[in-house]
Amino acid sequence: MVEAQTRIDGGTPALSCRDLSVGYGAHIVIKNLSIGFLPGFWTSIVGPNGCGKSTLLRALAGLETARSGTIFLQDRALSRWPRRERARRVAWLAQTSAVTDLTGAEVVALGRFAHSGWLAHRQTEDEAAMYRAMMATGSLAWAHRRMSTLSGGERQRVHLARTLAVEASVMLLDEPTTHLDPPHQEDIVRLLREQAKGSGVSVVSAIHDLSLALAADRIVVLGYRGLIGHGTIAEALTGDWLSAAFETPVHVVEHRGAHLWRPSLHPRGPGE
Amino acid sequence: MSATRPLPFDLGGRQRTARARHRLLVWVLCCLAVTVLLAFGSLIVGTSSVETSLGWLLKPDAESSVVLWQIRLPRTIGAWLAGALLGLAGGIAQGVFRNPLAEPYLLGTASGAALGVTVTLIAADASFEGLAWAAKIGITGAACIGAAGATLLTVSLSRGVLQTRSLLLSGVVVAFLLGSITQLLVLSRPEIWRTMQSFIFGSTGFLSWSSTELLGAALCVSIVPAVLLARGLDALTLGEDTAQSLGLSLPKLRLTLLGIVSLASATAVGQVGVVGFVGLIAPHIVRETLSVNHRQLLIGAPLCGGALLQAADLISRWVIRPSELPVGAVTACLGGSYLIFLLWRRSRRG
Repeated sequence: MVEAQTRIDGGTPALSCRDLSVGYGAHIVIKNLSIGFLPGFWTSIVGPNGCGKSTLLRALAGLETARSGTIFLQDRALSRWPRRERARRVAWLAQTSAVTDLTGAEVVALGRFAHSGWLAHRQTEDEAAMYRAMMATGSLAWAHRRMSTLSGGERQRVHLARTLAVEASVMLLDEPTTHLDPPHQEDIVRLLREQAKGSGVSVVSAIHDLSLALAADRIVVLGYRGLIGHGTIAEALTGDWLSAAFETPVHVVEHRGAHLWRPSLHPRGPGE
Repeated sequence: MSATRPLPFDLGGRQRTARARHRLLVWVLCCLAVTVLLAFGSLIVGTSSVETSLGWLLKPDAESSVVLWQIRLPRTIGAWLAGALLGLAGGIAQGVFRNPLAEPYLLGTASGAALGVTVTLIAADASFEGLAWAAKIGITGAACIGAAGATLLTVSLSRGVLQTRSLLLSGVVVAFLLGSITQLLVLSRPEIWRTMQSFIFGSTGFLSWSSTELLGAALCVSIVPAVLLARGLDALTLGEDTAQSLGLSLPKLRLTLLGIVSLASATAVGQVGVVGFVGLIAPHIVRETLSVNHRQLLIGAPLCGGALLQAADLISRWVIRPSELPVGAVTACLGGSYLIFLLWRRSRRG
């Protein structure tokens, strides 16, 4: 068995992949990627449309079969974990979830499936986890509303609560801020930071809004030809990884400790 | 916040569950009351007049007790059980395929059963050995074997149960293929058409105590695992990937549930023939009146399907008495008008 990738910046990653290649049919989306995600850090995955952000997250969640390479959860290959134990450790939020007629609380309760099992006999700890998750995402008010009667943003917050309720050590979030208005996007960013810093979770998210993505601790920049860089935000900005990934100049300004993306209003020249 | 802190808000826990249970209980009692009424109705409706039947009920004699307890009672109980199986199968199929138009026969059970019956009838007609063989397995046995064979053919055509879309498609292909073979066979042997007719349009006329036992056993065997696996169907409404990420084994869940659908629909088809619409409509009625949580749906749909087929049976015996309509035609009328009502209401809601 291949040994787990060890020691990145002096820590053992909670989730890592080595030489990972994933593709659909003849099209290889991710080629020979090796990265690790440390506990207690929030990592943003950034890159242009179609560069494989979602595919990477899906592969890390065990939803895609790798062409080659291995994904490790702690120091054991992801595929060797029993299904339920794995689901207790890795939570995944889809880019879009199907609209269901279940109530908010029923959806969040499904996040406890790997803990409570088929009979859905909820223990106090399951209810406590559900309550905390719904409180944190501000979705308690919709506990008894049917999902099909909620707005897109409200649904998204219920699904986030479902992901939080798993209380996993790794959270993989594909566009967690879509459909949310700015104050709630802020809440989510604060929540992800708190999950990483406060609870020691490895948070991995793909967020389209660059200013939000740059609020993370670390960044993985993907381009069409593979990994551009993996490191701290400062490293990414110094190396101008974003411009390389998007193949066009990307301007980021610093304002009171926050990194903000400044859209350029000038038309792009032919060379850019 | 500690885990043991009393919750200020009830998350579908005790209080909420109690209310939901109460509602479910009332609903179940209503269904049972309707069922009992329909059973009483079907005891007093038959070839003899209602007054005579009522008289039989009040003053039983040897001849009347045979009619009441050996013909009419097993018939109405059997109709309830067959309807319950179809309702359950429909509820599961709609959940597994995540499609409100899915129905119990979509794996090709109905056409397989029809072909099985045709082949048996022709074999019985052709030679003495064939007749002995047909007598051994019987019409119901032939229908069950045909249904099981068709299901296997569908599953093997789609190479397993992982792809719902190819499963649906091969179900349609198998239904057409077997249906056309049946038609060709019937065309070449027009004399079996009359026997085939009661099977193809569905009939509760062949139900006896032994078939009731068979249907009851099938219902017990299929409803218990279905209700236990209902949470998986709930998870599946969020999408297949999300369900898997929650720790669900999708292939195992699908295989088990589709196995139950095949068992339930094959048993029902074997006993009452091809009765359409009950499996499609029963889950819809439950969703409209009760809830959409799959555990409640899979308890409600059999109760509802049972009452539906009982009602259809009663109507089919009442409308042109003392003669009978094919029960499948009645369910098609009832089911079709309910679907039109749903459509009309949806368009009015905008």
